[in-house]
Amino acid sequence: MKPAVFDYVRAANKREALQQLTEHGEQARIIAGGQSLMAVLNMRLAQPKVLIDINQASDLHYLKVENNCLKVGAAVRQVELLDRTSLVDEVPLLAQAMPWIGHFQTRNRGTVCGSVAHADPSAEIPLCLVTLGGTVVLESLKGKRREVPAAEFFQGVLTTEKRPDEMVVEVQFPLREADVIYRFHEVAMRHGDFALVALAACIRQGEVDLGVGGVADRPTLRRLPLGAELKDSLNTLAWSLGAQDDVHASAPYRRQLVRELGQQLIEDNDHARAS
Amino acid sequence: MHVRADQRFPIQIELNGRQREGLAEPRMQLCDFLRHELGTTGVHVGCEHGVCGACTVLVDGVASRSCLMLAVQAHERRIDTVESLSRDNIMNDLQQAFSRHHALQCGFCTAGILMSCVEFLERVPSPDETQVRDMLSGHLCRCTGYTGMVRAVLEVAQQRQETLVENNNDV
Amino acid sequence: MYMQKSIAEATVGHIGSRQARVEDAALLQGQGRYADDMATPPGTLQAAVVRSPHAHARIRSVDASRALTMKGVHGVLTGDDVKRWSNPFPVGVRAPMEHWPLAVDKVRYVGEPVCVVIADDRYLAEDALDAVQVEYEPLTPIIDPEAATLNDAPILHEGVGSNVVNERNFRYGDPERAFAEAPHRITLKVQYPRNSCTPIECYVVLAQYLPASETYDVMANFQGPYALHSVMCRALNVPANRLRLRTPPDSGGSFGIKQGVFPYVVLMGLASRKVGAPVKWVEDRLEHLQASSSATNRVCEIEAAVEANGRVTALRYDQIDDCGAYLRAPEPATFYRMHGNLSGAYTIRNLAVRNRVVLTNKMPTGLNRGFGGGQVYFALERLMQHVAAELGLDPLEVIQRNLVPAGVFPYRAAAGALLDSGDYPAAVELARRKGNLDELLQRRDQARAEGRLYGIGYAAVVEPSISNMGYITVAMTPEERQKAGPKNGAVSTATVSVDPLGSVTAHVSSTPQGQGHQTVVAQIISELLGVKLESISVNVELDTGKDAWSIASGNYSSRFSGAVAGSVYNATLKIRERMATIAADMWQVSSTDVRFADGKIFVENGPSQPFHRVAGTTHWSPGLLPEGETGGLRETAFWTPPQLEAPNDQDCINSSLCYGFILDFCGVEIDRVTGQVRIDKYVTTHDAGRILNPMLVEGQILGAYSQALGVALMEEFAYGEDGSFLSGTLADYLIPTAPEVVDPVILHMETPSPFTPLGAKGVGEGNNMSTPVCIANAVADALGRSDIKLPLTPSRVRSMIGIDEPAAPEGLVMDAPKVAGGSALQANDLVEIPAPPQQVFDAILDPETLKAIIPGCHALELESENHYRADVTVGVGMIRARFAARVALTDLDPPHSLRLSGSGNSPMGSATGSAKINLVALENGNTRLEYAYEAAVTGKVAAVGGRMLQSASRVIIGQIFTRLAQRLSGKPIDTSLWQRLRALLGMGGTK
Repeated sequence: MKPAVFDYVRAANKREALQQLTEHGEQARIIAGGQSLMAVLNMRLAQPKVLIDINQASDLHYLKVENNCLKVGAAVRQVELLDRTSLVDEVPLLAQAMPWIGHFQTRNRGTVCGSVAHADPSAEIPLCLVTLGGTVVLESLKGKRREVPAAEFFQGVLTTEKRPDEMVVEVQFPLREADVIYRFHEVAMRHGDFALVALAACIRQGEVDLGVGGVADRPTLRRLPLGAELKDSLNTLAWSLGAQDDVHASAPYRRQLVRELGQQLIEDNDHARAS
Repeated sequence: MHVRADQRFPIQIELNGRQREGLAEPRMQLCDFLRHELGTTGVHVGCEHGVCGACTVLVDGVASRSCLMLAVQAHERRIDTVESLSRDNIMNDLQQAFSRHHALQCGFCTAGILMSCVEFLERVPSPDETQVRDMLSGHLCRCTGYTGMVRAVLEVAQQRQETLVENNNDV
Repeated sequence: MYMQKSIAEATVGHIGSRQARVEDAALLQGQGRYADDMATPPGTLQAAVVRSPHAHARIRSVDASRALTMKGVHGVLTGDDVKRWSNPFPVGVRAPMEHWPLAVDKVRYVGEPVCVVIADDRYLAEDALDAVQVEYEPLTPIIDPEAATLNDAPILHEGVGSNVVNERNFRYGDPERAFAEAPHRITLKVQYPRNSCTPIECYVVLAQYLPASETYDVMANFQGPYALHSVMCRALNVPANRLRLRTPPDSGGSFGIKQGVFPYVVLMGLASRKVGAPVKWVEDRLEHLQASSSATNRVCEIEAAVEANGRVTALRYDQIDDCGAYLRAPEPATFYRMHGNLSGAYTIRNLAVRNRVVLTNKMPTGLNRGFGGGQVYFALERLMQHVAAELGLDPLEVIQRNLVPAGVFPYRAAAGALLDSGDYPAAVELARRKGNLDELLQRRDQARAEGRLYGIGYAAVVEPSISNMGYITVAMTPEERQKAGPKNGAVSTATVSVDPLGSVTAHVSSTPQGQGHQTVVAQIISELLGVKLESISVNVELDTGKDAWSIASGNYSSRFSGAVAGSVYNATLKIRERMATIAADMWQVSSTDVRFADGKIFVENGPSQPFHRVAGTTHWSPGLLPEGETGGLRETAFWTPPQLEAPNDQDCINSSLCYGFILDFCGVEIDRVTGQVRIDKYVTTHDAGRILNPMLVEGQILGAYSQALGVALMEEFAYGEDGSFLSGTLADYLIPTAPEVVDPVILHMETPSPFTPLGAKGVGEGNNMSTPVCIANAVADALGRSDIKLPLTPSRVRSMIGIDEPAAPEGLVMDAPKVAGGSALQANDLVEIPAPPQQVFDAILDPETLKAIIPGCHALELESENHYRADVTVGVGMIRARFAARVALTDLDPPHSLRLSGSGNSPMGSATGSAKINLVALENGNTRLEYAYEAAVTGKVAAVGGRMLQSASRVIIGQIFTRLAQRLSGKPIDTSLWQRLRALLGMGGTK
């Protein structure tokens, strides 16, 4: 279980990384935390010709509040978000979701943008980004900087809007809105596992933005009415996600959790809050 | 820095407090480099996809999977492995507590777990059991059921806090 | 027999004390010496194994020529080499099937070795794997063990003519009469899943063929039983003294699984022979999960004859063991390890048993901690719970009513087990009292009153230890056994020596994997010889070329504390007697007055000498020794218990020497919504005879218990119906981590075994047997259901609670549901194409268009009309594989419909797929292209990517028709347009 051969380029900054991407396009991969990519390389499921390491690119290492957003540069590790004491005020949904992500040791190295770029349909960070209406910032050397709404960025399993010469340089999480209640919950086989179903909710007056992870082939957001219609609209949502069986859970199970956990989460049942 | 695929690059690292150098192609995993090039065989390899945690080492003081890092990425960085923990063949408090609480059997997963514990206790000096179990969830142990590890880590945390208080009182 | 003080009285460092382990210092400081840490001879090469992506296929050809030209490659071992230099492995039953270390004619499971590439390093060896061209002719696989028994099932081994390779029927007592007379017959059908205790260290083999002496010198982290050494020698076609097999000082866990390294010992020996150099192979985790070893999955229909009060008078077992693709030694031992004690802890005198061994297209099975016990007790203890539920009795009362009573030991069970000692009712009482059962019952009442799902489960188990090496011959008929000669016993060995400077060294051939054997051996010697524990050196490496060993050597069947520690005791006694005789002669006293303590040999209130002085005399001054004393000081003890007799003509077998007792109970709460099972409390009560080191015993119980939690709640080797292996990574095969393990309450009692030198029994496997069924019984109690299937995943439990799905909203057409647990992928979708049907139809038949619309198609070459060879790179995201594919267009009905099929092989696995295409003319002159596809993927990509396959296949197949639409419209299609269209029609999509 050893990787195939590749060149290794340590990019000193964003520009160097983008230059390499322009030169090698689809043959190149960005490595940041490597917590997904290295496993894939070790299994030879991917065999890029060039690996571009952005861990030393200091201009990609920033975490700042600007224009009503929390902006996270590509070299920022998950642990840095977890350790950010102000996160709970800035992006409370993300603060609730962070402990569900992987493990102490993988959060130490895994990056926020890396999780977004990988586009695992069960991952928590993409789900939060979509639910909050966040933005993925793509850059290439030649083209202009593109700011893609998260909901459009995720195109399917491991598939995104990113072109081969582009990299995810930043993701932007909208800051907490007044009068919105944020809630996150997920069910996984074990602590830190991929979610069987993950739910993220922004509850507003009379309506809720409900994000669902782990069910469809990408994180999916729906705006649902609160009150009497909620149950029916959760059912419609559950059926529309194209839930699938896998070795760990059945499609009906996933649909049912969308309905029942969704309702609990939104209606503030003790169960969902206990998490 | 650009290393060609077939190039054996001279990697310099500070390994367990000593400056070391070895050669590695870009694709060589850090765990292989540490074991087979530099001889720190206390680093164990259990899955090579980042789940079991046996290969966990400290990279610049941070617990990381050495199977999910390349040797070239460790160039000019500081790496600490289980071999760094004892001084003059005297085990540190954590190692001793592991023995006392029978927190290891075959010992294969233990090296990585110790390294996680080292960083964890620096960051969370007074953890509760839930936090300890959460930290340990990044490791697989098949022998012990984790009970001894949880006890050992909690005990060391408490001892260190007591020592801290005593030292403060002395001052 | 050794008379021991109670635990509280045990002197520090002596038998029975909570002695810290002598192993720990090295292991905690990174100084362990595991197989992959051991020095290799200069010039050692590294191996990687080409493995089958198919569950069942004929090998048409193997072409390694391209691999041989690659950088660093020294050779490729193929089936032809293996046939030339070796024999098939001997099999434990009389059926004509051949198992070679490499597949020679057919592959019979995903991951089966097909070739070995030997190169300068592992990286280069893996580079060359993809260059070995193997052409397969896929055959229909058979996965379900019951279906495999049917006449029309695909056959794995044509020579046998059936997948049932062994069937035996047994009858003990008078079961027919008992069933006829019983007021109740209560039946349950259960399935025990495939799982593995999965050590964190995988297999390692370092093999060197020495042509001059025609010897294979191999180091491997093998764990025994060393009866398999004979199997390896037969396969290598050498006498036993030409296979020198060594084990390293440390092993990273085994739990039975490392027994399964033995075919690779042979394989790498042959690989070394092929390249004329030492060859090392370090198994990786993907290899380990798919192709090392597994517990045997079992289907068991069990029936009890029951009296009104819950007394069971007879049992009928009808069992199928699924041993995978080959009956690999020591299988079918999963059945027979437990055979003598099939009646468990109960006085059930009448048994009817049918055992069938079936082969299916899965990895071969073998030893796994709790070997055979998990399977037997899952049936028996589920049945006891079911009996109680059916008759409205308390389950513990049903257990108690049937227990072997106190005072009847040794007790001969119906099928031949001689239960050596115990007081089962007292153990139950201990558990009830000290485990606070009453309080737990109240907790259940309260939870239920609050509408929560809460259940209590029990399990009573006898835990066998020290296997009778003859039990496996119960798979043969008495006549067959007679011909083969009786097999029995369990020879254990230990060697103790004292060197010229007076330090003590012991050697045991128990190949430990973390159980602390060195510590216990040192405790025994320290107590008997009065020397400091720290001064004793215990060597646990086993070298068949130098050390005392026998077929029973190794680490399995919990044989250490009873058998091996007993041999250490015997060998040490011999040393002590000799030294006492020497001292007595020197001092002219009776040797019975000579004492050993504190590093001295002395007579109470009399003469005294340091231990090393007396020892030194035997080396330095043999002339001073009494007559008959040979000099030197080294004693080897061999020990085999007379109670382990060969099976008799009635098929009675005392399958083990010792039988501990376990009574477990637990309370679980189930989340009604998520189906998650939370263990509220777990109590496990053990009687394992004398306890040699309470700390190590506790460690064994905790370890077994947490493995069993995995079996109960999450672990399973899953296979698709097409035979693809679906649990290929540790993110798919789930092992409990620290937050999932709820510490149990452990209780002990000690009833010494009369049959072992120290009165100890095994304790390491009991919870692997008792805990899965105990939790299952609690879940059965909570849900009021009898159809409990492991693992009790949230999804499975929730579906037992019931998923009452509201209907899909009007107009939302759903994908066809995928076959549960399989890798068969199906879906349907549509696109609108701006061209009339005839044009669309013609376009698909046009090779240029076809090449353009197949994603990642590098080349398309016509083979025959509408049949092509293609070179295609497909994938999602960063994951890509290059396939050598065949594409066909069939069922042509222009311009209405046709079928597009493809199949291909890649280093990541093989894939087949077929799409039925319908073209519907629309009023606007366009065509609505509707397609429904089925696809199957096997090999690595199915094993590691199962979670995403369905979505990935949809993306890839969808691309074909998007590209077609684009090509015919001559411009990029506004995908959002048809996503809206699809949403409108409720098809497939997710937006």
